[in-house]
Amino acid sequence: MRPEEVAACVRDVSGRDLDRIAIGAGHVSTGARVVAAMSGGVDSAVAAALLHGAGLDVVGVSMRLGTSGARADGHRGCCSLDDFDDARRAAERLGVPHYVVDLRDVFQSKVIDRFVQSYAEGLTPNPCTLCNRDVKFDAFWDYAETIGAAAVGTGHYARIGVAEGEFALYAGEDRGKDQSYFLFTLGQEELARTLFPVGSLEKQTVRAIAEALALPVATKPESQDICFVAGERYSDFVERELSAEQRTPGAIRDGEGRELGRHDGIHQFTVGQRRGLGGGAREPRFVTAIDASTGTVQVGSRDHLNREGLVVRDVRWTGRPREGRASVRLRHRHDPVGCTVRVDGSTAHVAFDDPTKGVTPGQAAVWYDGSRVLGGGWITDA
Amino acid sequence: MHLDHNAGGRVRPEVAAVVTEWLQTTAANPSSLHEAGRRARAAIEDARAQVAALLGARPSEVVFTSGGTESNNLAVWALARPGAGLVTTAIEHHSVVAAVERAAEEGARAHLIPPGPDGRVTAADVAARVDGETVLVTVGWANGEIGSIQPISEIVDEVRCKNETTRVHTDAVQAVSQLDVDVAACDVDLLSLSAHKLGAPAGTGALIVRRGVEPGALLVGGPQERERRAGTENALGIVAFGYAAELAREERAAYHARARAIREEMWRELRERAAPVTRFGSADGLPGTLAIGFHDLRGDALAAALDLRGVAVSTGSACAASAPEPSHVLKAIGASDELALGGLRLSIGPELTPRAAREAVAVLVDVVHEARSRRASRAGASHAS
Repeated sequence: MRPEEVAACVRDVSGRDLDRIAIGAGHVSTGARVVAAMSGGVDSAVAAALLHGAGLDVVGVSMRLGTSGARADGHRGCCSLDDFDDARRAAERLGVPHYVVDLRDVFQSKVIDRFVQSYAEGLTPNPCTLCNRDVKFDAFWDYAETIGAAAVGTGHYARIGVAEGEFALYAGEDRGKDQSYFLFTLGQEELARTLFPVGSLEKQTVRAIAEALALPVATKPESQDICFVAGERYSDFVERELSAEQRTPGAIRDGEGRELGRHDGIHQFTVGQRRGLGGGAREPRFVTAIDASTGTVQVGSRDHLNREGLVVRDVRWTGRPREGRASVRLRHRHDPVGCTVRVDGSTAHVAFDDPTKGVTPGQAAVWYDGSRVLGGGWITDA
Repeated sequence: MHLDHNAGGRVRPEVAAVVTEWLQTTAANPSSLHEAGRRARAAIEDARAQVAALLGARPSEVVFTSGGTESNNLAVWALARPGAGLVTTAIEHHSVVAAVERAAEEGARAHLIPPGPDGRVTAADVAARVDGETVLVTVGWANGEIGSIQPISEIVDEVRCKNETTRVHTDAVQAVSQLDVDVAACDVDLLSLSAHKLGAPAGTGALIVRRGVEPGALLVGGPQERERRAGTENALGIVAFGYAAELAREERAAYHARARAIREEMWRELRERAAPVTRFGSADGLPGTLAIGFHDLRGDALAAALDLRGVAVSTGSACAASAPEPSHVLKAIGASDELALGGLRLSIGPELTPRAAREAVAVLVDVVHEARSRRASRAGASHAS
C-alpha cells in the first residue's frame, strides 16, 4: 500500500492526522529509515502501518526471542513461526520489507536466566522491564542501527513528547492498555531514537485501523502473559528451570518467629501472596517477607503488608533527576500513590504519603508526575 | 546484484525456454504406452544421460529424486541400521546432519569428525573412525557456507583400506557446478546433487547409486527409477535438470576460473576497505564462495542492509533465513561467537559479471562504513554527555 492510502485510511478511522500520531515528538524526520519491531500481533502491525503512512522508510523486523514450535504440552510458545508468518504477511500487505533477527542468546541470559535466578533469591522479577532495557531497546537497537535506522518504532502503549527541553515519556492515551511502567529504563538517548505510534490511540481504534487496512492480524487475540511462560503457571516454569543449587528450603514463621511449617524453596513465594497454612488460623495469612539467607518465609495478617516506604536500587531517570513529590506505581496497572522520592547515588528512598500494600522486592517502582514517567528502579526493601 | 548463488538463483533463460517448450508440447506420464508417454520417457532418458555425463557416471546409476535433501536423507537411511557405524563431519548440510541424528536415535552409532580451522577434514581422520561395523561414511564434497573442499578420492581409498564393505556417500550439491566431479575417478559409492544449483528449477535432484551398490528401494509403490524410487517422474523438472547439467559440463571450467578471479578481487577490496574483516575457509575452496566475518557487526543486519540496497547475500545457509540459526559450520571451524554472528557469505554464480561484483562490494563497504561511523558517533555522543 502506498503511504497516502494508509494515511487516508487512518484519518477516516481515527479522525486524526497521521503525522502527529506516528512521529510523536517530531524527533525523526520524514523519509528517515525506521525499524518497526513486529511481533506478529496487531499493535505492532498497526504501529508499522502508521510509520509507513507517515512517510518514513519502514523496515519490519521480528525478534526471535524464545523457542519456536510447539512444546510437549501443545502450547506453541512465544515467537512461533506462526507469529513470524503473521508479521511477514502484515509487512507484505503494507509493502515494506521484513526480516527476522535472532536474539535468543541475549534473551536467555538477560531475561530468562535472571527471571529464574530472581525467584531463587526470593524476589518477584519483572521480566518485561528487563527485556525492554536489555533486548528491545539495546540489542535490537544494535541491529537496527546497522541497517541504517534513525529510530525503532514499537507497538507499546506509551507516548514520547518534549518537555522542559528534553524528551519525556508519558503513559499511553488508553489507560487500560498503558505500558509505560515497563519502559521507565528508557533514558534520553533511547527516547531520542524511539517511536510509539499507537501510544496516543485507544486500543479499539488500533483494531479498527488494522481492520480498515485489512492487516491479516486484525482479529488476533491479546497476549497477556509473560511471553516465555505463556500457557503455563509461573511456578511450574520456575520449578522446571531451577537447578538444585538454586533451591533454598526453610521455615515458614509468623511475626513472632514461631515456626508454622516448612517449605521446599523460597522460589515458591511472593511477598503479598495469600498463603493457606491450615492450623485453624481464622484470619487469612499473607507472605510478608522472604529472607534468602536463611530460607525463612514470614507470614502475617493483611495489615502486616502495609509499608511506610521502600528502597530501590539501580535508579534510572527518563530525563534529569527530579527528586521530591511524585506518585509511585508498584506494579503494572497499580493505581499510583502519592510519595516523596529522595535519591542517594543509584539508590532511592520512596516515602509513601499513607501506608501502602504491595511492596514486592524484585518488582519495579516507577514514579510519575501525572502521566509523565520520571524514573524508577527495582524494589529491594521496604 | 545476486551474490547468493549457493542458495540457488534464477532459472537460466536457456533452461526456462526448454521448460516452456516442454509444457506446450510433451507433458505426459512417462509410464504411459502412448506416443506422448513414450516421448516423455525418451526425454527423461536423455536427461539421465546428460546428468550422468556431467559426473562421469553411467546413466543407469542416476536415480532422480526431489532434490538434494531427499538424496541425502535417502542415502543415509538406506544404509543405516541399529548398531551399525556412521561416520560424518561436523559441517555437513542439515539434510545430512538431521538424517544421521535420526539414524542415531534409532540405534546407529554416529561419529562426527571435527574439521580443521580451514574447514577441511583429512582422509586419515575419517578412516580412523571406520571399523568393522561401519556401513556408511558421508562427507560433503564442498561446503556451501565456507567453500572448503574435502579430499573425497583419498577418503574413499583410505576408508576402503580399513573396511572394504563400507559405503562412501558424498553430498556434492555445491560442488558439481564448479568442480570437476567425476564419480568413476574418485570411485565414491553414492553422490547427491540438486538441479536448482545448476540453474534449473528447484524440486529435482539425483542420487547417484554406483553399479554394485544396492541400497534397496528408497521409496516404494511403483517401478519407476528401476524400482529404486517409486512415484511418477517429475518429467518437466528432469528435462530441465538434464539440460542444465549439459550446460554446466560445457561451462564448468570457464566458470571456475572466472568465479575464482572475481572472488579474489572481491576479497582484496574488502580486506583493504572494510577491515577489520576475517575470511573463513581458504583460497583453494569453492571458487565461487567467499565467506567472511566481522567481529563488530551483525551479519544478519548487514545482509538486511545490503538487501535494502539491492544486493542479495546470505548470512550462512539460506535454508534457515526465515528463522535464522547460528551457523553450525562456523562454530565447528572454531570461529568466535562474535565472528560467527558477524558471518556473511558472498557466492558467485555464472551470470555474475566482474562489474556487478565490484558494485556489490562497493555497497558492502559503504554499509560497513556507515554502520561503524554511526556507532562511533553514538559512542562519542554518550561519552561527551
